[in-house]
Amino acid sequence: MGRGGSRAAPAAAAPPWHVLPDEVWEHAFSFLPADSDRGAAAAACRSWLRAERRSRRRLAVANCYAASPQDAVDRFPAVRAVEVKGKPHFADFGLVPPAWGAAAAPWVAAAADGWPLVEEISFKRMVVTDDCLEMIAASFRNFQVLRLVSCEGFSTAGLAAIAAGCRNLRELDLQENEIEDCSIHWLSLFPESFTSLVTLNFSCLEGDVNITVLERLVTRCRNLKTLKLNNAIPLDKLANLLRKAPQIVELGTGRFSADYHPDLFSKLEAAFAGCKSLRRLSGAWDAVPEYLPAFYCVCEGLTSLNLSYATVRGPELIKFISRCKNLQLLWVMDLIEDHGLAVVASSCNKLQELRVFPSAPFDAAEQVSLTERGLVDVSASCPMLESVLYFCRRMTNEALITIAKNRPNFTCFRLCIIEPHTPDYTTHQPLDAGFSAIVESCKGLRRLSVSGLLTDSVFKSIGAHADRLEMLSIAFAGNSDLGLHYILSGCKSLKKLEIRDCPFGDKPLLANAAKLETMRSLWMSTCSLTLGACRQLARKMPRLSVEVMNDPRRGCPLDSLTDESPVETLYVYRTIAGPRSDTPACVQIV
Amino acid sequence: MEIDADNLSATELRLGLPGTSSSDDWQKKPSPSVGAKRALDDTRSEASGTSPATAGDLDHDTAAPPKAQVVGWPPVRAYRKNTFQAAAAAKKAEQQGGLYVKVSMDGAPYLRKVDLRMYKGYRELSDALDALFTKSISAAAAAAEGGEHQHAIAYEDKDGDLMLVGDVPWDMFISSCKKLRIMKGSEAR
Repeated sequence: MGRGGSRAAPAAAAPPWHVLPDEVWEHAFSFLPADSDRGAAAAACRSWLRAERRSRRRLAVANCYAASPQDAVDRFPAVRAVEVKGKPHFADFGLVPPAWGAAAAPWVAAAADGWPLVEEISFKRMVVTDDCLEMIAASFRNFQVLRLVSCEGFSTAGLAAIAAGCRNLRELDLQENEIEDCSIHWLSLFPESFTSLVTLNFSCLEGDVNITVLERLVTRCRNLKTLKLNNAIPLDKLANLLRKAPQIVELGTGRFSADYHPDLFSKLEAAFAGCKSLRRLSGAWDAVPEYLPAFYCVCEGLTSLNLSYATVRGPELIKFISRCKNLQLLWVMDLIEDHGLAVVASSCNKLQELRVFPSAPFDAAEQVSLTERGLVDVSASCPMLESVLYFCRRMTNEALITIAKNRPNFTCFRLCIIEPHTPDYTTHQPLDAGFSAIVESCKGLRRLSVSGLLTDSVFKSIGAHADRLEMLSIAFAGNSDLGLHYILSGCKSLKKLEIRDCPFGDKPLLANAAKLETMRSLWMSTCSLTLGACRQLARKMPRLSVEVMNDPRRGCPLDSLTDESPVETLYVYRTIAGPRSDTPACVQIV
Repeated sequence: MEIDADNLSATELRLGLPGTSSSDDWQKKPSPSVGAKRALDDTRSEASGTSPATAGDLDHDTAAPPKAQVVGWPPVRAYRKNTFQAAAAAKKAEQQGGLYVKVSMDGAPYLRKVDLRMYKGYRELSDALDALFTKSISAAAAAAEGGEHQHAIAYEDKDGDLMLVGDVPWDMFISSCKKLRIMKGSEAR
């Protein structure tokens, strides 16, 4: 390959391609769609490395501990948009101890210093403080996009700083964060001259907002396309807001419950009729069925419908969804039941993604008639369906095999049978055959979550067939070390593996240690691991960070525990930054 | 979702990390008797096959809460859990809590309060009100010129309007009644 120092032919008509100036390579690389392509180009030779890294505008750091913020800034000095993810996925379900880490502050500080031109910052599952938000508001003069997903540690005071300080803010997107309410009227701090907002999502905020201020803001931001309100905004105010922003493309309604009043209904109906561009709808907490028909005029145009917080059931819900003939994405509660999904199957043929959430996940007594039947119907009739998240209480191998046959185009298949170890309810067999059919048929499967009663043999199939699988979630499954061994020795593309409550031990972990360096991370909790194996793994693989977490009330620090001691939680990830220094007491890096 | 009255911490909208409680534990030890409080079970025992199926037998006892819960299972996001816990708690509180409304009677010196949830229908409410105000009713009956001692029961609804009791279904009545008023027969005509 051409290295920068090769001698060019004297006075040639055009320079040989391998000594083209960096600007040409930078321009060429700008056409590479994926970061991984850019990374591959950078690995080709020094001049490409130089050109690529100096022109990289967007950076996604999938694990905030894989590299230090300073590493990122040094390597990619021209970044304008950065996304950083922190805690492991199982943090969403309470399995990660408090104060585990993932502080955003070092990233904000490094960005403020090294990337003054940054325009976009996204954090996912990180601890973002008000100080961070203040620093963001103060450090980046062209800051435009702030996206916080599943974060915590900040309050409305931080939001106030953003509102007051970011003159060019286009997007403020707060998704499912825990935000402390300091009763600060942060919305009022957007100056009267501020009109650039395109996206405003505060659906996760628990407190009240000043509705008059919101109305004025919405009125003057003529480019507002996405507006997602929180639970505090009542129905009649929604109608007013919609009239002021008829150009809206994505709407998250506030609280959708109110006593039925024909006047309010007409008002809403008229407001929605004016929203000709509305394509995506969400929110609808406690939706009252009587008001659903107010939406009818927008149904035809909807491509995305998230009713996963709406505890509506019955014919109104089904009638409503059946009118949404162009839906590509549907998130609902299991209150839709099998017969509702049958209607979805026949009405929404363009469906690409379906998620069905449990309305009573902890209460087996509250039976909702949602079974394997619903999923079979949808996968039979929706040819473009490729992503599923489905919570139910029973499943059969036959259903899974049918689904696999009907929909070989799944890229994401996540099935959660609520009761652990549930077998096929007709044959009482493990669901190995069903899930095997899925991985054998769906050659493009990138994400898989398995559940129900499963033996090691399903993992043999997964290891052998799931070549494109990048993320695998396993819970209460398998019967021996073999299960884990099949996965780690197969699954060519595996990046993230998360396991809980499986009888997997030390042997397969150590035998496949090298595999772990090809993956982003491995999580194993409540399995059969010992401290000795973790220590051995850490010694063997210096570029992995091996974190062990135990119940803090078990007293003695890890150093004094023997090799035979059981390990409650193991989290392993590759890193170039060495062991982190911000671990709490119950986490140790061995 | 089962929520016992003395376990209200489960319904708290907390601002801490998912899975935390105020006492800073992040994985509770199992309680001695499964099915007592809604405890977070030792996940190890779940994995080793002390089957949740047998724990299901406890469900027969309607007084007992459901089987002990495993931490973080099913995998429902903390944010979603909180939203539903709060809504479910509110609903339960609404359903089980008392719905006390003031009852005034024209001519009676002081008002009473009744819990509308105690009654299954208008008949029971009427009988109860009769019982509460017997003295006043008989006094009024004595003072009236005979035949006019019929009383009408009216109520004030959410909009503040005075409505005659008995027109709407009982459930709708309970949800909209703010105050009861027993009116003298002559006024009611």
